[in-house]
Amino acid sequence: MSAVTTPSTAGRAGSVRLPGVLASGLSRVGYEVRGYFRSPDTVFFTFLFPLIMLGIFTAAFSSSGDIAPGPGTAGVSVGAYYLPGMLAAGVLLSGVQNLAVDIAGEKGDGMLKRLGGTPLSPVSYFIGKLGQVFTTGVLQAGLLLLVAATVFGVELPTSGEAWLTFAWVFVLGTVASALLGIALSAVPRSARSATAVVVPIVLVLQFISGVYLQFSALPEWMQNLASLFPLKWMAQGMRAAFLPEDFAVMEQHGTWDLGWVALWLLVWLVIGLVASRLTFRWIRRDA
Amino acid sequence: MDQIQSPAVRVRGLRKAYGQVTAVDGIDLDIARGETLALLGPNGAGKSTTIEILEGYRRRSSGEVSVLGADPATGGRAWRSELGIVLQSAAETGLYTVREQLRQFAGYYPNPRDVDEVIAAVGLEQKAGTRISKLSGGQRRRVDVALGIVGRPQLLFLDEPTTGFDPEARREFWGLIERLKAEGTTILLTTHYLDEAAQLGDRAAVILGGRIVAEGAIAELGGPAARVPIVRWRDASGVRREQRTERPAELVAALAAEAAPTTADGRGGEPAELEVIRPSLEDVYLELVRAAEASTVSPIVAIPEEARA
Repeated sequence: MSAVTTPSTAGRAGSVRLPGVLASGLSRVGYEVRGYFRSPDTVFFTFLFPLIMLGIFTAAFSSSGDIAPGPGTAGVSVGAYYLPGMLAAGVLLSGVQNLAVDIAGEKGDGMLKRLGGTPLSPVSYFIGKLGQVFTTGVLQAGLLLLVAATVFGVELPTSGEAWLTFAWVFVLGTVASALLGIALSAVPRSARSATAVVVPIVLVLQFISGVYLQFSALPEWMQNLASLFPLKWMAQGMRAAFLPEDFAVMEQHGTWDLGWVALWLLVWLVIGLVASRLTFRWIRRDA
Repeated sequence: MDQIQSPAVRVRGLRKAYGQVTAVDGIDLDIARGETLALLGPNGAGKSTTIEILEGYRRRSSGEVSVLGADPATGGRAWRSELGIVLQSAAETGLYTVREQLRQFAGYYPNPRDVDEVIAAVGLEQKAGTRISKLSGGQRRRVDVALGIVGRPQLLFLDEPTTGFDPEARREFWGLIERLKAEGTTILLTTHYLDEAAQLGDRAAVILGGRIVAEGAIAELGGPAARVPIVRWRDASGVRREQRTERPAELVAALAAEAAPTTADGRGGEPAELEVIRPSLEDVYLELVRAAEASTVSPIVAIPEEARA
């Protein structure tokens, strides 16, 4: 009895073994993924949205025939043309939209404050968020590819090189998007304003970056504007992976520019890292 | 050795200003290890600011603060693992079940309590597999309390823990806190229910206008003068009378003798509307608040939740 009733910091300090930062982070991944799929808004507007848009575009434009890089060249189906853009949009939504709204919500409803009162390391929290984005992003891309291949009859690439391109664009794009989402979550002043702040940004980017509109058909100033943001580069990288080689002539410089894709995504990854590091707080802390 | 003897909480000259507004204006406070202190005061008196400084959520403007031997402003993860915090406002996204949420939080602590035992302790066995969004307000509050104690804290902050509880739930909650006290947990409690403070607190401190105006054992708060029994009655001329006396029985006997006999057998009369009141903690507290409001020049200013310097 006396052993229980006389706790001593000195005595306990030696035996305190905090759970590891990585272990706690990994335990949060499963928890976060579960929460993601239990939020109807997220499932619809983030997870299924690119798939729904792919279905709509394929249904709407298939009657006007295949899309070809030039007159007299072999084209691809509308579904095949839109697939890379939707994959890129999925990466952006899973990272930026999902996390910006999610974290702003957790800030608004006091969950971040509560977590800040526990020994959980912010690093573990971020491992959980990144893991959630990665897991749901992979499932989302897998579902898109599966439906595209089976329902819309899109022929998926067979070369290892194409899948390698897809893989690094996906990974780089996902990490950059997730970090940018964390950074963007600092902007909304309340949980309720989060979607109003985040969705327009993401939507405009999708229109100017070649997700919904054929990038080559956009005016040059809009292409240049889009080139400042990561989605254009993700979409371009995805097109490089999934479209035939001769579609490269439709890009801004007539090539896939994969080096630039990698560089721009890296730049945005670093911007996201620095911005989220500078802006993230468990609570809006006063002086 | 020094560690063991040092109080769980030690505060000296604590001040917190938000711009021109001083929320906390020089507080000294000690909470011994294993003790339960009830911090009382009206909304906006500086209670929440003080607690949030002790919890490490807010930074102080000046003063010395030591919580479990560390400065809350720089306390790390090991320090946090010794604290349990039940915030004033419940915060639940509600996507998880009670057990899932507790299991997740238990994983952050080095030596957590058994999750099912905690669920049972807060009386939510029947709801363990229910999503938090489906619970009633009082049940969610119990989840908050469960999350606060699952890490086996040495020091537990309870900020208005039973708001929204029905009387039975409140009794059960008191039982839970009594058990935690018996295990040696130090508790800092704020509440608007003075009976709760009297029930759970070893000592109470009353904070008004950012200062502590009274502090002491629950039974002695406000000093002996505040505890003198009050006798109230209506006199023969119909005037309400009130008198404080250490010897209420004597006064009552005198009053009875004075009163005109009302029965045929000539016994003493009954003074009309006679009451003998032994001031409760609530009476003492309200008296302190009234006295402070009457004497203080500076009004009690409410600090907005998100106030920033």
